[in-house]
Amino acid sequence: MRPEVMLRVLVLGLALLAGHVQASSIDVYEFATREQEARFHALNAELRCPKCLNTNLWGSDAPIARDLRRTVANMVREGHSDQEIRDYLVSRYGDFILYKPRFTAKTAALWVGPFVLLFLGLAIIAVMIRNQRREARLGMDDLTPDDEARLARLRHQLQADASGVSPRS
Amino acid sequence: MSEHSAVPAKHGIHRASLFIPLGVFLLVLLLLWRGFSLGDPHALPSALLNQPLPEFALPVLHEPDRIVSSEAMHGEPFLLNVWATWCPTCRAEHAELARIARDYGVPIFGINYKDNPAEARRWLARFGDPYVFSVVDADGSLGIDLGVYGAPETFLVDADGVIRYKRVGAVDQRVWDTKLAPILAELRDAS
Repeated sequence: MRPEVMLRVLVLGLALLAGHVQASSIDVYEFATREQEARFHALNAELRCPKCLNTNLWGSDAPIARDLRRTVANMVREGHSDQEIRDYLVSRYGDFILYKPRFTAKTAALWVGPFVLLFLGLAIIAVMIRNQRREARLGMDDLTPDDEARLARLRHQLQADASGVSPRS
Repeated sequence: MSEHSAVPAKHGIHRASLFIPLGVFLLVLLLLWRGFSLGDPHALPSALLNQPLPEFALPVLHEPDRIVSSEAMHGEPFLLNVWATWCPTCRAEHAELARIARDYGVPIFGINYKDNPAEARRWLARFGDPYVFSVVDADGSLGIDLGVYGAPETFLVDADGVIRYKRVGAVDQRVWDTKLAPILAELRDAS
């Protein structure tokens, strides 16, 4: 690439970047108290933009995200609790809008699944360790009476083989 | 002989356990296959299904002085279509809405969503107006009450104003024939 072409590309890139920065900071929300503002920020971080799959309300420039930010801001100003705001949006957009899903019959697998898997893993490891220990102990002290009898017969057979005498049945 | 019987049995368990990785693999395969065949991940189920239409009081597009509420639409099953002139897919589905209104005699109401009313009136004059009337939702607040996250969206609402089906995206003939028309027929039979 020739230098001036490279420069043009760079300038274009910076211009696009500048546009982006401007677009996302264009909305200003005023609140009566610091506490309201903090709640507004926290809610925007935990609510998911319905239009874009993996962005919260803050991270999205989609028109619907802007509308929802405005709605959240209004509800915070009107004195609604965080839970009321969440419930309102869930009643409109479903669980999809929550990044932290509620515990319901539908989401139970999501919440409990990892612990079930952890427990299963631990159980498998415990069984493996127990089996290994048992195998290590085998032939040492606690043989079952059947095993002892078999061991005695095998020893006997070995002795008999060594002395060249065929074993009795 | 009896002392040897334990050996094949133990061997059998061992062999079977060789198939555990294959089983896990098949399970993962099944999960992935299910996950990826869910289709459009954007299609979120409407939380408003079988819920009454939210209350609103909005001006009518062609009569800005006339404020209507959702009761103005009740009486028989109807379609409620969210549209805007800035939405190319709305333009694409427009002819189908006109056909549905004409052939099936179902009232279609419009929500002119976050649009310029003058442009919206021009748009309808140009492409035809299948709507009984359209209400002007200038700031999208009715849209949020309806869980709308893009246009077009179309609701099928029964005579009492309860939402029975929601279509996100264009209504084409296939969607009409397979989804909306059967539910409409059911609703008409019931009343």
